[in-house]
Amino acid sequence: MLLSSIPLRKLKQQLAGDGINLKIGPFVVNLSSSLPNVAENLSGLYGAYTLEDIHRVDFHIALQSPSLIRRWIRPQATFSFDGYLPFKPLPQTQSFAMFEWGLNWCVANNAHQYLVIHSAVVEKNGKAIIFPGTPGSGKSTLCAGLVSQGWRLLSDEMALLSTETGLITPIPRPISLKNESIDIVRSFANDDIFVGKPVHDTAKGSVAHMCAPMSSVARSDEPAVPAAIIFPKYRKDTSIELLPLSKGRTFLELAENSFNYHILGSTAFSVLTALLDQCECFRLNYQNLDDAYATLGNLIDA
Amino acid sequence: MKSCLVRFLRDPQHSAPRLSPGEWQMLVRQARRSNLLSRMAHLVETFDLLSFVPEHLQSHLLSAQLVSLSNLRSVKWEILQIYTALSEVGIPFALLKGAAYVMSERDAFQGRLFGDIDILVRNEQLKEAEKALIKHGWFCTKIDPYDQKYYRTWMHELPPLKHLKRQTDLDVHHTILPPTADAKPDINKIWEQVIELKDYPGMYVLSLQDMILHSAAHLFHEGDFEQGLRDVVDLDALLREYSLESGDAWADLLTRAKTLHLSRSLYYGLRYARMLLKTPVPGELTGNMSAEAEPLYCSRYLMDKMLLKAMMPNCIGQRTRLLGLARFILFIRSHYLRMPMQLLIPHLLRKAIKQEN
Repeated sequence: MLLSSIPLRKLKQQLAGDGINLKIGPFVVNLSSSLPNVAENLSGLYGAYTLEDIHRVDFHIALQSPSLIRRWIRPQATFSFDGYLPFKPLPQTQSFAMFEWGLNWCVANNAHQYLVIHSAVVEKNGKAIIFPGTPGSGKSTLCAGLVSQGWRLLSDEMALLSTETGLITPIPRPISLKNESIDIVRSFANDDIFVGKPVHDTAKGSVAHMCAPMSSVARSDEPAVPAAIIFPKYRKDTSIELLPLSKGRTFLELAENSFNYHILGSTAFSVLTALLDQCECFRLNYQNLDDAYATLGNLIDA
Repeated sequence: MKSCLVRFLRDPQHSAPRLSPGEWQMLVRQARRSNLLSRMAHLVETFDLLSFVPEHLQSHLLSAQLVSLSNLRSVKWEILQIYTALSEVGIPFALLKGAAYVMSERDAFQGRLFGDIDILVRNEQLKEAEKALIKHGWFCTKIDPYDQKYYRTWMHELPPLKHLKRQTDLDVHHTILPPTADAKPDINKIWEQVIELKDYPGMYVLSLQDMILHSAAHLFHEGDFEQGLRDVVDLDALLREYSLESGDAWADLLTRAKTLHLSRSLYYGLRYARMLLKTPVPGELTGNMSAEAEPLYCSRYLMDKMLLKAMMPNCIGQRTRLLGLARFILFIRSHYLRMPMQLLIPHLLRKAIKQEN
């Protein structure tokens, strides 16, 4: 059953009660909340996701008010995972962004069957590209741009590399766009792409979420073969450049961008070396999405 | 007492085949919340119970195990760094709690998560030890003059240290209970029975008896019952190992407790380990303890009520308000045990006002 098949009123009731069990990539998340707007955001951004059995849940997450007072005066939201609060409360307008960040935290800290690399992952013609990214590198913008033109979204935030097969497990979720990139993607994307209302004044500036394409969500159980690792860099003053990068350098940067390299230890080392054996590595400097789209399309087709 | 986690910890082999999928899920959540998921994973592996675990939860156990292994690697490394710093200046020290379980390979370390490392140094070498550690990159975290004075005057440890680069925490104790506490174990008597670690001259652990007594004393003098169940699991593992010792082991333990003025702590330790985790301690043992050890009926009744509540895993499938209250009362009690009233009241007032700011 899809989330979109539940009427909004009933969704609100379920969220305020035992919560809903949403399949997101390989995980089932139980989300409960009695905060306003959570149901609206969910049905806008997670409508195409399936609902699961209550006994299959991986992460129990609740978005609530820290206290009765904070429900009315300068309302705040807390994120809790099995009753544990990893973060300080945020203004209630950011409650949904908090869900996204919090879910990243849950995966990064509790899913060590994967080497989890901070990066966006997209796929075309059976070849996946990993875009590792420091904040501000423009990886989400690039990822959103490609996805809006028919590439498959595996993740905007984390590559889940199976420690057993070396394949990438998809975890397609709304893409979080920040500041100027909200309008850049809006003007580049086709009309059927849904970008939510921006929330202003978060720790990351203004944030809006773009819906993951239905076709990507439907292929959530289909792992992808990694083919390239590309470090993107958005620059105002440059023409498009795709520069080869050494494997040694790439290794170090990937290790740096991994959430759980230190936990997996030698396993992480083997997974990364196997990954590099089958991938081409580049740095990509780009100024606009049209150029980047064309260049990466050529690379994949070659 | 109805917690899935407590039932599992008591007897994994008996409980695993009888758990429903919903109960398994609850068990994993409660274990995670109590910092015991990796211990649970260790028990599942030891007793070969993986086939009973629902498939989607198996990866959670695996993950927890990986976390505890990496935690173990870093704690061993950290211990070696401390050893380097202190052996350089010839200061002997004893590892306490988790670090000691690791280096003496007590069963209690299996699947355990480690936070800060605790060590014991002789009082007269404390200043020198602090200097040596600072030289190797540890620094004082509590720089507020009141906190500094509080630790240095009233506590049994230096203000907590943190390593500048690795951000790991280190507590340096000179005795096992605050000097202001009612019970005053003679630290020299503890030093008399420490055991030197093979290959590490100058690095010691407490004898198993003293580990048990310290663990029990820690449990009932500390205010942090979030970790309560984990502490009982430690104590349970130590007692199970101790129960394998021959001769008059139990009688010796009682004598040792008396010598160190820790009979009351041992009484409660044995009582709750047995009540919660069915630790195989001879039933008549607590009955044989002297009047000094045994609390009045009414205070025992209150302790039973509060402790058994406070030990339960947080917030999941439990009424949380009572849990919070029980923990709060125990927090106050732990401070009361540590300090006389004329010190305690100004201290708590100060802390309360500071928190408001």
